[in-house]
Amino acid sequence: MSTKLRIRNEKDFGAGCIYLLAGAGFSLGALGYRVGDASRMGPGWFPLCVGVLLVLIGMVIVAQSVRPHAAPETVKRPDFQALAWVLGAVILFGLLLKPAGLVIALVVLVVVSSRASHEFTWRAALINALLLTLFSIAVFVKGINLYIGLWPEFLG
Amino acid sequence: MELLSNLALGFETALSFQNLMYSLIGCLLGTLIGVLPGLGPSTTIAMLLPITYTLPPVSALIMLAGIYYGAQYGGSTTAILVNLPGESSSVVTAIDGYQMARKGRAGAALATAGISSFIAGCIATLVLAAFAVPMSELAFKFGPAEYFSLMVLGLVGAVVLASGSLLKAIGMILLGLILGLVGTDVNSGTARYAFGVPELTDGINFVALAMGIFGFAEIIANVEQREHRETFTNNVTHLFPTKEDFRRFIPAALRGTSLGAVLGMLPGGGATLSAFASYTLEKKLSRRSEEFGHGAIEGVAGPEAANNAGAQTSFVPLLTLGIPSNVVMALMVGAMTIHNIQPGPQVMTSNPELFWGLIASMWIGNAVLIVLNLPLVGLWVKLLKVPYRLLYPAILVFCCIGVYSINNNTFDVFMTAGLGVAGYLFARFGMEPAPLLLGFVLGPMMEENLRRALQLSRGSFGTFVERPISLGLLIATVGLLALVALPAVKKSREEAFQEE
Repeated sequence: MSTKLRIRNEKDFGAGCIYLLAGAGFSLGALGYRVGDASRMGPGWFPLCVGVLLVLIGMVIVAQSVRPHAAPETVKRPDFQALAWVLGAVILFGLLLKPAGLVIALVVLVVVSSRASHEFTWRAALINALLLTLFSIAVFVKGINLYIGLWPEFLG
Repeated sequence: MELLSNLALGFETALSFQNLMYSLIGCLLGTLIGVLPGLGPSTTIAMLLPITYTLPPVSALIMLAGIYYGAQYGGSTTAILVNLPGESSSVVTAIDGYQMARKGRAGAALATAGISSFIAGCIATLVLAAFAVPMSELAFKFGPAEYFSLMVLGLVGAVVLASGSLLKAIGMILLGLILGLVGTDVNSGTARYAFGVPELTDGINFVALAMGIFGFAEIIANVEQREHRETFTNNVTHLFPTKEDFRRFIPAALRGTSLGAVLGMLPGGGATLSAFASYTLEKKLSRRSEEFGHGAIEGVAGPEAANNAGAQTSFVPLLTLGIPSNVVMALMVGAMTIHNIQPGPQVMTSNPELFWGLIASMWIGNAVLIVLNLPLVGLWVKLLKVPYRLLYPAILVFCCIGVYSINNNTFDVFMTAGLGVAGYLFARFGMEPAPLLLGFVLGPMMEENLRRALQLSRGSFGTFVERPISLGLLIATVGLLALVALPAVKKSREEAFQEE
C-alpha cells in the first residue's frame, strides 16, 4: 500500500477534470469582458459566477475520486476507430456538401461511416448508400423542398 | 365551462385537415425513429426538429408533439421486443415487457403498453387543460426574482429526481448554463466566447448540441459494442390482450396515470420518475408481487401509463411558466424559440389557438398512435430486424441533412461533429447529457432574470428571500437537496438509478 494518491474512481476523476478545465477556461474568458457589479452586471458577471462554481464542483469531484475509500470504477478503453470513422464521415460530408453536391457527399458519408462497424462489407455499404441517397433526394429535395445542390457546381 | 370552450377551440385548430395530417406524420415518423434500438425520445426529437422548421408554428408544434408520443411508443416497442430501452423512462417497461415477450406474449405486452398510454393520455390532457389557466394566472404575479428562484428549483429538481450522481449532474447543469451563454449578450452586444467565428455570435446551435451529445454519442457507443442480442420479433401474434389481462392492467394503468399526472407537473418530474414510482407502487400493491420481473402485466401497464401521463403534464410548467422541466421540454422550448414563440404565460393569451391546439393535438396524437400503430406493429418489428450496421448510417444521414438545413450552413455540421466528441467523453465518464441540455436552454433566461432582479434591488441578494413566492421556491429547493442527503432516501435513490 503506497501512500500516494491513487485514482480509484476513474469516471469521476475524468468528469471532475472536465468541469475543472471548462470552468477555468470560461472564467478566464469572462474576465476578458466587462464584469461590473451585481446591480449593473456586465457581460462577464454571470459567466464568471457559473465558471467559478464549476471549478469548485470539479475540485470536489476530483478530490472524492481519489479518496482511499471511493468506489472503484474504471473507464473502458475507448475505441477511437469507431469515433474517427463516424465523425470523420460527418466532417467529410460537411466539406463536400457545397463543392461536390448532395449525392457525392451522402455516398461518402454512408460508406465512410459504415467502416466503423465490425461487420463492414463494401457491397452492403454501397447498396445502403444508394438507397439512402435516393431516399434523401425524394424526401428532402423533392418532398420538403430543401435547397441543396445535387451535383458538383461545375456540372451546372 | 370556459375549459370546454377552450378545448373546443383547440380541437377546431388541431382537427383541421392540415394539422391532422401533420400530427399523423409526426406520430409515424416518431415511431419509425423511436423504434430504432438505442434511440430515445430526446434523440428522436432532436433528429426530427429540422423538418418542422418550414411549417407554420401551430403545425410545427403539433407535429413535434406527435413525434414525441410516437417516439415514446416506439421506445416501448423496442424495450419490449429487444430489451433495449432507448431512454431511462422505458427502462422500467423493459423489465416485465421483455419477460412477457420471452413467454410468447409480446403482442399482448405491446397492446397493453399502447392502451395504457392512451388511457393516460386522455386523462392527462384534461388535467393539463384544467391546470393551465390557474397556473398561468399565477405566473403573471412572477417578477424576475421569482423566475430566477423557480429556475433554480427546476434545475435542482431535475437532477435530484432524474439522475444518478448528484454532484456530477449539477456540474452538467453549470456546463450547460455557460454553454448557453455563448454568443451575443443581448444587453451589451458583446460577443461572448465567439473567438471571432461569425457563426458563433448567434450562439451554439441548439439542434447541433442535442444531436451531438445525444445522437452521435449514442451511435458511436452502439457501434463499439459487438454483443449479440436476443430479439423476439418472430412471434408477435395474439395482439389483443385477454379478458383476464384487461382486468389486471386497467386498474394499474389508472393508478399509473394519477401518479404520473401529479409527478409530471413537478419541476424535474416527468416521464422517468413517474415510471419508476409507478413500478414500485404496483409491485407493493400486487397480490402477485413475485410475478414482477417475470412478466407481470401490471409492471408494463402502470409505468407506461405513468410515463405518458407524466410526459403530458410536464407541459404544464412549460406552457404556463415557460420553464422546461425535462429534456424533452427543453427541446420543445428550442422548437418554439425557432418559431419566435417565447414560451410562458403570455402564449395562452396572445396565441390561444396555438396553446389549445397543442393541447388538443396531444390527445389526437395519442388516439392516432393507437389506431395506427397497433396494426402497424408488424412493420416496426420488421424494422427491428434491420441490422444496426445499416441503420446507423441512415441515422447519420438524417442528422447531417437536418442540421445543415437549419441555416443552410455547413458550420453547424462541423459543430455537431465536435459536440459528438464531447458527448462521447460525457458517456465515457458517466456524465448525463440531459441536465446539460436543460441548463443550456435556461442559461440565457436565468442570466436575464438574475440581472433584472438585482437591478431592481440595487444589487441586494436579499430580494430573493424577501419576496414570499421567491422565498418559498428557494425553501423548496433546499428541502429537495436536504431530502436527498437523508441516508434512507439516498439509499433507495441509488437503488432506483442502479438499473440505468
